[in-house]
Amino acid sequence: MIARRSLVMFAGLFVLFTIIGLFLGAANISLLLVQSFAYALIALGLNIQWGYGGLFNFGIMGMLMLGGAAVTFISYPVNAQFWGSEGPLMLGKALMAFLAGFLLVWGARHADRIGIKGRWKSFVTIIAWIVAYIVYRSQIDPAAAYIESAGGGWIGGLGLHPVLGWAFGGVLAAGVAYVVGKICLGLRTDYLAIATIGISEIIRALLKNMDWLTRGTLTVSPIPWPTPIPQDLQAQSVSISDSFVYARLGFLGLVIVILAVAFFLVQRAYGGPWGRMMRAIRDNHIAAASMGKNVTRRQLEIFVLGSVLMGIGGAMLVSFQQIYDPGAYQPINHTFLIWVMVIVGGAGNNWGAVFGALLIYITWMISDPVSQWLFNNISNWSTDMGWGAIPEIQSRASQMRVFVLGVVITVALRYAPRGLIPEVVRRET
Amino acid sequence: MNELIFFFNNVVVAGVVLGSIYAVGAIGVTLIFGILRFAHFAHGDMMTMGAFIAFLLAMAATALGITTPVVPTGFLVLPLAMILAAIIALGLDKGFYAPLRKRGARPVTMLIASIGVTLIIQGLIRLFFGSGTYSFFETEQKQLVRIPVPLEGVTRTINFTQPQLLMVLCTAVAVLALHFFLTRSRLGKAMRAMADNADLAQVSGINTKLVVRVTWIIAGSLAAMAGTMLALDVNLKPDLAFNIVLPIFAAAIVGGLGQSYGAIAGGFLIGFAETLAIFNWSVLLRPLSGSLPFELPGTLAIVPTEYKLTVAFVILVVVLLWRPTGIFKGAST
Repeated sequence: MIARRSLVMFAGLFVLFTIIGLFLGAANISLLLVQSFAYALIALGLNIQWGYGGLFNFGIMGMLMLGGAAVTFISYPVNAQFWGSEGPLMLGKALMAFLAGFLLVWGARHADRIGIKGRWKSFVTIIAWIVAYIVYRSQIDPAAAYIESAGGGWIGGLGLHPVLGWAFGGVLAAGVAYVVGKICLGLRTDYLAIATIGISEIIRALLKNMDWLTRGTLTVSPIPWPTPIPQDLQAQSVSISDSFVYARLGFLGLVIVILAVAFFLVQRAYGGPWGRMMRAIRDNHIAAASMGKNVTRRQLEIFVLGSVLMGIGGAMLVSFQQIYDPGAYQPINHTFLIWVMVIVGGAGNNWGAVFGALLIYITWMISDPVSQWLFNNISNWSTDMGWGAIPEIQSRASQMRVFVLGVVITVALRYAPRGLIPEVVRRET
Repeated sequence: MNELIFFFNNVVVAGVVLGSIYAVGAIGVTLIFGILRFAHFAHGDMMTMGAFIAFLLAMAATALGITTPVVPTGFLVLPLAMILAAIIALGLDKGFYAPLRKRGARPVTMLIASIGVTLIIQGLIRLFFGSGTYSFFETEQKQLVRIPVPLEGVTRTINFTQPQLLMVLCTAVAVLALHFFLTRSRLGKAMRAMADNADLAQVSGINTKLVVRVTWIIAGSLAAMAGTMLALDVNLKPDLAFNIVLPIFAAAIVGGLGQSYGAIAGGFLIGFAETLAIFNWSVLLRPLSGSLPFELPGTLAIVPTEYKLTVAFVILVVVLLWRPTGIFKGAST
């Protein structure tokens, strides 16, 4: 029954996209399609964490930013001025300082081996943290100041293929997720939510202010595409309007291939013993632990896996938009939007997550022009009534999508708490 | 001595003011958690909404000519704004949370519902007020209080603004009132009983519905108060909420979710930590510059100002690792 229902749902979605495409034109709908499929990959990542594992990750924004930073670093052309300056050497020193600090803290944490115990060990650990911080700051501050003023402004990229950058986005997100998970996963739901939000805010603050690494609010562009960009096609005498459509469709093809591979793997994992174990942990972690499952370890695994997909998705979005602007990331657009996608679509069901991502993204993008149209009409009407026009329609209309998103999730929680394509719970009798 | 006064003005005054705002906000979060067992994410937006209500009331009062030269209009209209915010909080509960509660939804679902409320309130505020910055002090002056220090060779004065003084007084009154309410009144005791064990409270004849309503009234009015105080101290922006809800949650968790006194302690802890972390210590060390083994840099802050927001989280993470339920033992789901 669920299968037929989801088929109808997807058919409806297809019709919706077609109608919107007829209104907006092929270039715009292909742009929306690329972005919504990239969001589908991110939603799949959250579906692993929340739907399979029941982990409350509110730090999606941080993972997307890491992915974006990764693809910028890998695929942006080389900054010769930086590599020719003192910058790399100074950064190397800062890295050494970081490693030294890391070793110091690590050593302090294992101080019990040499007989420092209890209170003394905590004391030594705190001192080690402070010393490590001071050593690191004493190296990184001059390096950052030098690179920003004389060393080419920022470190630039490596000039490699963007797909490599996407992969690196996944790896980077995985690494950070491992550290975050190690720290936070022992916490219960509410605490985990706040802790992950906090960490994503820390990542945002770092990437926004480390001008030497990401150019911060100065933004980086243009970031190359893995597929031919419209200008390449125009060089091959494709008309300008067609070139945008074809180029975006090419990008879309690549995104869909990656999404399909990820979907296949994730879906197989769900059906296998691993997925069953994850659901057991999600539904009753005490029972799972008593059956000998290492709950914390498995949760860490799932946290890292989900974050990989988020990192790749974030990298794709940055590649596609060709601009990396750490100031543009907002928790509403990059964390809560994805939560709404998974909740509305159906947590625990991959088809549901993808469906939710496509539906919510198109709703999110379309509510701006729709409310603008609505406001214009109301404004005309109120002008006719002699009450005057609505001021600043454009900026107000773009705020409406936040409101619409709120209404959508409220209605979904009330009337379809398990999502539009809910998880199928199979019971063996 | 001048350096110490500078320290006092920049750390103690700022820390007390910020701490009061965080504490008043965190009490609301912690009370809702204690009674209803979910992290109410929309609290920051309730604060922003309260501040905007106060702002509208203050504008109306100024237009009607109801002003006093002594107290800023923002404080004059605060009681009314708190009442209105409490009514809206009750409405939010009835419209969004009560139906879910009736269905027996898990706390996680309630948390997600509160995000929906956040988005709705934020969307509405931005719809009506755009994304500009507003100030309570467009028509009237922010009065500065300068207290000279009767010591020899001291030229600096202790500075703070009059709204800051009033804020700290308001916080003290609110905290004392809450303390007496929770310890002396029947309803307050019922609230504490329900926070301890909801089922037991219900079978001993406590009207749990009434307690829930009172919780929303207190949380809503305190949110309006904290929001207005923040708006009076700096200025009023529609996206005020997001920058404030995180330190407030940090304060509530550090203090132990569900513990009112813990929330107050947590609020001041976070407030002071933030101001101490971005304070330029080289000002304080300058008199000793001759005897220090290293050269004093121009700025010597523990973290650069841009990272102020991260301080709250570092404290949060450290506290959670060191004492997972907060400094005062908090509840969890």
